[in-house]
Amino acid sequence: MQSTSHAFPDNARAAVKNPQLKKALNHVKAGFIDKRAKAAAKLPEFEDLRDAARDIKNHTLAHLDLYLEAYEARITEQGGHVHWCGTAAEARDKILEICRAAGAKTVTKGKSMIAEEIALNDHLEANGIEPIETDLGEYIIQLRKEPPSHIIAPAVHLTKDQIEADFRDHHDHLPAERNLEEPAALVAEARGILRERYVQADVGITGANFLIAENGASVIVTNEGNGDLTQTLPKVHIVVASLEKVVPTLEDVSVILRVLARSATGQEFSSYTTFSTGPRRAGDLDGPEEYHVVLLDNGRSGMLGTEYQDALRCIRCGACMNHCPVYHAIGGHAYGWVYPGPIGAVLTPSLIGVEEAGHLPNASSFCGRCEAVCPMRIPLPKMMRHWREREFERHLTPLPLRAGLGVWAFFARRPALYHLFAGLKTRALGALGRRRGRFRKLPLAGGWTAHRDLPAPQGPTFQQLWAERKRDGQGRPAASA
Amino acid sequence: MSQDSAAQEPKVGLFVTCLVDLFRPSVGFAAVKLLEDAGCRVEVPRAQTCCGQPAYNSGDRRDAAAIARQTIAAFEGFDHVVAPSGSCAAMIKEHYPALLKDDPDWQGRAERLSARVHELVSFLADVLKVDSVAAAFPARATYHDSCSGLRELKIRAQPRRLLASVEGLELAELPEGEACCGFGGTFCVKYPEISNEMVSAKVANIESTEAELLLAGDLGCLMNMSGKLKRNGSKVQARHVAEVLAGDRDTPAIGEGREG
Repeated sequence: MQSTSHAFPDNARAAVKNPQLKKALNHVKAGFIDKRAKAAAKLPEFEDLRDAARDIKNHTLAHLDLYLEAYEARITEQGGHVHWCGTAAEARDKILEICRAAGAKTVTKGKSMIAEEIALNDHLEANGIEPIETDLGEYIIQLRKEPPSHIIAPAVHLTKDQIEADFRDHHDHLPAERNLEEPAALVAEARGILRERYVQADVGITGANFLIAENGASVIVTNEGNGDLTQTLPKVHIVVASLEKVVPTLEDVSVILRVLARSATGQEFSSYTTFSTGPRRAGDLDGPEEYHVVLLDNGRSGMLGTEYQDALRCIRCGACMNHCPVYHAIGGHAYGWVYPGPIGAVLTPSLIGVEEAGHLPNASSFCGRCEAVCPMRIPLPKMMRHWREREFERHLTPLPLRAGLGVWAFFARRPALYHLFAGLKTRALGALGRRRGRFRKLPLAGGWTAHRDLPAPQGPTFQQLWAERKRDGQGRPAASA
Repeated sequence: MSQDSAAQEPKVGLFVTCLVDLFRPSVGFAAVKLLEDAGCRVEVPRAQTCCGQPAYNSGDRRDAAAIARQTIAAFEGFDHVVAPSGSCAAMIKEHYPALLKDDPDWQGRAERLSARVHELVSFLADVLKVDSVAAAFPARATYHDSCSGLRELKIRAQPRRLLASVEGLELAELPEGEACCGFGGTFCVKYPEISNEMVSAKVANIESTEAELLLAGDLGCLMNMSGKLKRNGSKVQARHVAEVLAGDRDTPAIGEGREG
């Protein structure tokens, strides 16, 4: 996917001026936060499960080669094929090759962020194969030719009215007077259209929430059941997944599943948790004839052993963005690439470079709410700070900020000078602002005063007043009090 | 007071914080009063400036570490170090040890300071076991939990408990209380439009409580929220929680002039 992360400030400015987006984003705040809190509160062992889930992934990442090779061996034994792809280009070419070998005209797709990452739909379309998104949210944004704005709710930036308008535009073979007032009517309409497409498709492509080393299963969790139809009906099933999705055992998956849905949507469990282990065996009632796993690296192995390794624990639940005040303000598209929100602010510079995505780890107030809710306990603010350090070392920090910091640090490291200048400055500002108590405008403070008043200093600094109090003998020496 | 009891008085170093030093010394004096009333001997080392967060959070580790070492040296020899800010206290407590972990000369000193540093209100409540204050402040108030204090230092119940003892003060809970106000240090000037969205949501929640007084434990957040309230023409006044606990009703509220 082509990135616009370098234009983050412009993207963000446009986003805050978009009233439709603001209306849609209110649902994120209102919906996800309470549901997660209630689900977590109902499960006494929730915090312990977070620790256990973190430990499972840490262990796996420490032995990633071992578990990936074990996974591949199981898949091969079960008649499937694993394709190791270093880059996005290799992955989309491999998928195209499999589709062509199957003589595919249309492919159905379950929801997959990796497919977004490698821009699979564009590649298939450019080569004459029609991809059909079967997840409702993905289907909507495919109609609109937009990328997802959220990792579990791709169309969360849209209002119901916008979706209704899109359906009327695109489904013009249906009666114009039909009633689409209720969300259920929209779901039913999409479902009716997609039903036909499932049986026409030659290839079904799904993502994976987990790849299990002990039995070679790939696991998807969905609420619509679209993934099951996508992977069971066509004659070829392709799983596209990144390599950190592997976990050792079924038991491990069951631990992580207990925190996944609760963190994501506040459900105890998703409606469907589907395991697939390979092509149809003799005697199976259904299933694909061919089974392929396209395993993508695309920069992830480069994160191993660095201060960003912990981000590979992510299970893509979306809790960090659901609780992020920056995401609430601007939505997902402003981040400019595949992964928005706090996890995007850490992953994007790792995967496409900090030169392109340097704004993302800076656009955080470090409020820490993402880390507080992350089921895998990923220290997201700490990692964003690491990116800021990398940028500072490489002189990528914007010059005005760097210059301002330099002057500030010069004084902050010299207490005597600091107190002298602070005293002079606050007295002057205090005198200027004493009458109203605040400034509406002040030179060099435009970033602040564009949107809010700046409270004026009271006058002398605390240190000056404290010195006066000591000198005048009012400083109550405690021993004589 | 006898020599014996003087020896028992905890010796507290006040980390004033740069914002209180520069903008609102009355918060520092309120802190001193609360600490002295609770039986502490308070000193204010002159060799302190800022905790170093602007550098640390901008990726400038070298300046942040230099400031950390300077702060550590300034505050050695105190039983406790107290700051009227959850953000600065968390910087010293949580981040100095991380910042200096590879510096064998300073790592231990950073950890020893970390163990002795506290945010003011939690120090009063948790360490000194203060459960009430002798102050009156008749007003309907709401309290904003600043992010660092809330999440890094687990400060939530302590200010509410002490505020409950203030005569005439009625506390209304703020909806979406765990949401950031949009200050975030340099964040608010680096990304002003995003920060503005955040503080706009925050002041809407403040107004919804029908409080006349906004309290918090961090001056940065308070300046941000009161600046927005003033810009909107709101009547809500903002004060640091220490000022109310100390019963300081004379100092004009944040952003209020002598002429109102």
